[in-house]
Amino acid sequence: MPPAKPKTKTELPDVNELSYEQALAELETIVTSLESARLPLNETMALYERGQALTRHCADLLDKAELKIKKLSGESLEDVPSGQE
Amino acid sequence: MSQMPLFSSPKPTSWTVADLTRYLREVLESDELLQDVWVVGEVSNFSRPASGHLYFTLKDSSASLRCVMWRNAVLRQSFTPHDGDAIEVHGSISIYELGGQYQLYADLFRPAGEGALYQEFLRLKAMLDAEGLFAPERKRAIPARPKRIGIVTSPTGAALQDMLNTLRRRYPLVEVVLAPTQVQGEEAPAQIIAALHDLAFLAHPDVIIMARGGGSIEDLWAFNDEGVARAIAASPIPVITGVGHETDFTIADFVADLRAPTPTAAAELATPNRADLRLDLAELSDRLNRLCQAAASELRWALKELKNRLERNSPLNLVQTESQHIDELERRLNALMLHYFQLSRSQLTGLNQHMSALSPVSVLERGYAIVTNQAGKTILQVAQVSAGQPLNVQVSDGDFGVHVDRKST
Repeated sequence: MPPAKPKTKTELPDVNELSYEQALAELETIVTSLESARLPLNETMALYERGQALTRHCADLLDKAELKIKKLSGESLEDVPSGQE
Repeated sequence: MSQMPLFSSPKPTSWTVADLTRYLREVLESDELLQDVWVVGEVSNFSRPASGHLYFTLKDSSASLRCVMWRNAVLRQSFTPHDGDAIEVHGSISIYELGGQYQLYADLFRPAGEGALYQEFLRLKAMLDAEGLFAPERKRAIPARPKRIGIVTSPTGAALQDMLNTLRRRYPLVEVVLAPTQVQGEEAPAQIIAALHDLAFLAHPDVIIMARGGGSIEDLWAFNDEGVARAIAASPIPVITGVGHETDFTIADFVADLRAPTPTAAAELATPNRADLRLDLAELSDRLNRLCQAAASELRWALKELKNRLERNSPLNLVQTESQHIDELERRLNALMLHYFQLSRSQLTGLNQHMSALSPVSVLERGYAIVTNQAGKTILQVAQVSAGQPLNVQVSDGDFGVHVDRKST
């Protein structure tokens, strides 16, 4: 079951702020809640729109992601610029 | 000489060289020990003619041994020795009859010392196995979608580039933390142990890959180090090993939570494939669409059902019912009216006949006349007229004028 009852949009974080894992987890939650409970139309529509936005966000992340590389240096993590690893 | 030979027993005929040599060969070849020997020595006079066979001499400070390795065996060797190399050679001792030389027919060689290393490998493996470090129930699951991967490897090796390329292709969403170390030599084990520790406690990755490209058994030796093995076992983060080639097994591989045959394979096992993720995403999206369409059509159906019920109870329906009622009333009214008219008509006929009987016309027909003055007033009494007055007389078929010429009462 979804951890939280779907709420109004303003209480949910902006889709574009979510990591792939967060977005995917929320998408799975939405699908599961739609599958397991009959919800009022306005909630169903809100979940549907949110789910579509999450799907697009995930696909975007998959398409546009670039590998981030850091290096352990002593006690700290240093960024390794692309192409210099 | 008169002296007869004391021993006139038939003297054995002389051996031919070939017979003797063959006999010696059979003696050597029937000796099991000589047919399965490891010999250690230094390579010299190494030659490899066009035939593809190898010829060399194995020597130490006090002796030398001719060796040959046939071409088909040469093709199976993992390395080629050079003059001056200390190697161990396996094979069988026999005689090259034409040259009259005994030699070692080699089928396998390995660097000298490898045997000792291998013994050490077996000893450590047995010990750690007995401690339960290889137990399947110790193996931790590799997270399906890691956010951060730690990599312990040489910063300059091709293995690192192979892994980074694989991660870029499969799952660029992940963040990589490199812990550069030497991967061979005396310093390597301590550096690897430190890197495992630092990665776990400073970078908190979801999984650690420990990798090295292919090499000889000595090159890979750091991964057979007991300290490295125990550091893997103690790591709070799951460890995937990708050391050497597919055929290389190190102690680290046995202790690791997952063993990959190569560094590239380790990077693959640590990450989901982007193409698969796209499929999963499409499947989720499909489910979402289907669910919402189903919900919508269910609502639509319910709405239609309500509409039907509403229509059954609508005023329109009532009006229609009333209208039918009115039609019925009208029909009945019409029928009544018709009946009434028919009735009236027959009554009228009767009345008419009755009236005819009373009508003045019928009186006129019986010979009476109606006399009226010019004003149309019916004359009933003599006093109404005066002499000479014009009057009108109506009879049954018409009327005519007269003048009063007398009057009497």
